[in-house]
Amino acid sequence: MKTIFATILTLALAAIPAAAKQTLTVYTYDSFVSEWGPGARIKEAFETDCDCSIDWVALGDGVAVLNRLKLEGATTKADVVLGLDTNLTAEAAATGLFGPHGLDPALARVPVAWTDKIFMPFDYAHFAVIYDSETMKNPPASLDDLVNGDPAQKIILQDPRSSTPGLGFLLWMKAVYGDKAGEAWTKLSTRILTTTPGWSEAYALFTKGEAPMVLSYTTSPAYHAIAENSTRYKAAAFKEGHYLQIEVAGLIEASPEKELARKFLAFMMSPGFQDQIPTRNWMLPAAPTSAPLPAAFDTLVKPEKTLLFTPEEVSAKRRAWIDEWLNALAK
Amino acid sequence: MTGAGKHLPAWVALAAIGAALAAGFLPVLWLGLADGPGAFDAYVLRVLQFTLLQAGLSTLLSLILGLALARALARQDFPGRTLVLRLLNLPLALPAIVVIIGIVGVYGSSGWLGGAVAIYGLQGILLAHVFFNAPLAARLLLGELERIPSESWKLAAQLQFRDIDVFRLVEWPQLRAALPGVALLIFLLCAASFAVVLTLGGGPRATTLEVAIYQSLRADFDPQRAAALAMVQLALCAALVLLAQRFGGLMPGLPVLGRRPPRFDGQAMIGRSADIAVIAMGLLLLLPPLASVVASGFANITASPALLYAAATSAAARSSTWSRTARLAVLAAWIIPPAVLATGWFIVLRGAASLTGLAAALVIGMNALMALPFAYQTLAPAMDAAARRHDRLCANLGIAGWNRFRQIDLPTLRRPALLGLMMAFIVALGDLTAIALFGSQDLVTLPALIYRQMGSYRFDEAAGTALVFALLVLALVSLAERWSAQHD
Repeated sequence: MKTIFATILTLALAAIPAAAKQTLTVYTYDSFVSEWGPGARIKEAFETDCDCSIDWVALGDGVAVLNRLKLEGATTKADVVLGLDTNLTAEAAATGLFGPHGLDPALARVPVAWTDKIFMPFDYAHFAVIYDSETMKNPPASLDDLVNGDPAQKIILQDPRSSTPGLGFLLWMKAVYGDKAGEAWTKLSTRILTTTPGWSEAYALFTKGEAPMVLSYTTSPAYHAIAENSTRYKAAAFKEGHYLQIEVAGLIEASPEKELARKFLAFMMSPGFQDQIPTRNWMLPAAPTSAPLPAAFDTLVKPEKTLLFTPEEVSAKRRAWIDEWLNALAK
Repeated sequence: MTGAGKHLPAWVALAAIGAALAAGFLPVLWLGLADGPGAFDAYVLRVLQFTLLQAGLSTLLSLILGLALARALARQDFPGRTLVLRLLNLPLALPAIVVIIGIVGVYGSSGWLGGAVAIYGLQGILLAHVFFNAPLAARLLLGELERIPSESWKLAAQLQFRDIDVFRLVEWPQLRAALPGVALLIFLLCAASFAVVLTLGGGPRATTLEVAIYQSLRADFDPQRAAALAMVQLALCAALVLLAQRFGGLMPGLPVLGRRPPRFDGQAMIGRSADIAVIAMGLLLLLPPLASVVASGFANITASPALLYAAATSAAARSSTWSRTARLAVLAAWIIPPAVLATGWFIVLRGAASLTGLAAALVIGMNALMALPFAYQTLAPAMDAAARRHDRLCANLGIAGWNRFRQIDLPTLRRPALLGLMMAFIVALGDLTAIALFGSQDLVTLPALIYRQMGSYRFDEAAGTALVFALLVLALVSLAERWSAQHD
């Protein structure tokens, strides 16, 4: 019991400085503020500038963040929401909670022209099939190779119903195969070892050696190179191009701290924030960093062609496309 | 145990549980019905079919293996028996992801068995569910077997019963009453299984109602569909509860295990070898995945502050959940999917001042509800026994209400209450649902930390955390068993 009271006391005490200093409440996803994520350093850097304090509210992932907003509606405590991706921004904008960020969209250095006035990108990466170069000598050179390749060499995918990369791969298949996506899924199904609820399970199985391929990001090999000094896991470059994930942030229009929120979004596009992205969030920065990226990033696959549906298209067709996937695989 | 007035505390507890469950379920139902009744399409039917298939088969296999194991453990005494009994508690408390990684480490294509068994698909789901639930079944059924009075064993020995007669005339009558309850419990656990089904299921063919509910609440934010699916799940579970009630006890007690009552059967060469083979088989199922967790964990224990903090939070964020309550209310805590419960609470509380501040309370509340059936199981047999022993005396002397509780019931219930508290603690320790829905940056439990580490590519450190977690659970189990042994 004592410890419970201690917890409550800590929470109560944590609320006291809020009255004295401005507090910016930022909703984000879990791994952003974990011990190894960029959150703590970004908070520190921003707080020295603003004489304010950042209160992170960490939820499971981008989808969980959006759902929390939908549940809370106008009563939300968020001032800034950070960590949605472009597959979610149409739905997020439809809540009517977000206001214009007031920055020049052209500041965003992402592989597509950025024009969104509500959401601002803070990082991006292309999805990629990561393969184990020790067990796979001839990785697929295209999505078509992957679909039609040797069924004995399996891939681990994520469920598009519960996972962002899972949805990304579904959109990748749709972007390449269009109306024939269902047939392609049926063909690919013989190569799928399993479909996991999230990225973590899939990547854990992959590094355990369960399958020679997994769906992840082009940036994954940089982690292995920098943190483990290993080049064993590589990304396969696909001829058709790679599907893109852009992570964005936006501010709540009705927030009492809107000025501070604006300041935070401006800070987000500066080196103070961006320096933490490459080796802590393992994504590519969407604005200049103070120093060039570590050498490992130079060796990453740089897709010649970027595939991306508009947020509106994804929002309108996601259900139908997931049903198509279900029907192709669940027979 | 009749009369409402003197059971005021029980009614208050029941009302609180009822209110908590209603607050979880009704808002989602209301949201769902606001848009008209949900559609029951072919997809829902297929999902229902698969839920029944996998949970049914899992239950059947767990019961068969659990029964064999319980009987073997009841008949034989051997060095290390106590440790085996304690290990039986472990799988249930481990987070699914830890067990999955352990199973993959043994049976996976790069595992110790070098992929001799295909684990993706229905067989993988069954393997994991049997790993979780056969030990639970064994533990519950062993408790039943140990309740057989020693006179029965003496009589059976005098009459020179053969093994089959012992089973038919002595053991089976005792087990029969408990089996429907054990089966129901395991079925509910398997039907609500989520990570196992998705990860080892191999693809969307393996979708259970729980997965579909989660999807409709989370990915689609479609409360209407979620409410419809939750109703299906509720109807299914209600039907099973009624069925179990018809055929015997609703829930078996989770009794104190320890000393083996003297038995005289099964000591011949054949019986003994058969039992030892069964126990060995059980251990062969139970130990390698655990060993795999240990093996990959030892190298990687990082005494990071986050780990210590999470352990402390895990320990702090639990509450006592024992109370006298109706069995249905207790079971309902499991029938309503956690995702629905959490969403409902959220809708009720969203007007409240600060949800972030409430997060700790919500996590505790939700874990308390989920641990309730376990705590209840430990306490119920003790309460019943106490009632049988003291009811008449108390009626004669006119002792009732608070006085009776304090002077008569409490002294006899103190140790089972502690054991119940410990079991609830262990179950709550492994929970991920509540923390994932309400957690904030500073509120991290060990299972949540495992996921955070994995989410940051720290798979080795996650393995270390998983080991710490398993050791913590084992230590707690040992402590609980020791307390309860003193009670005897």
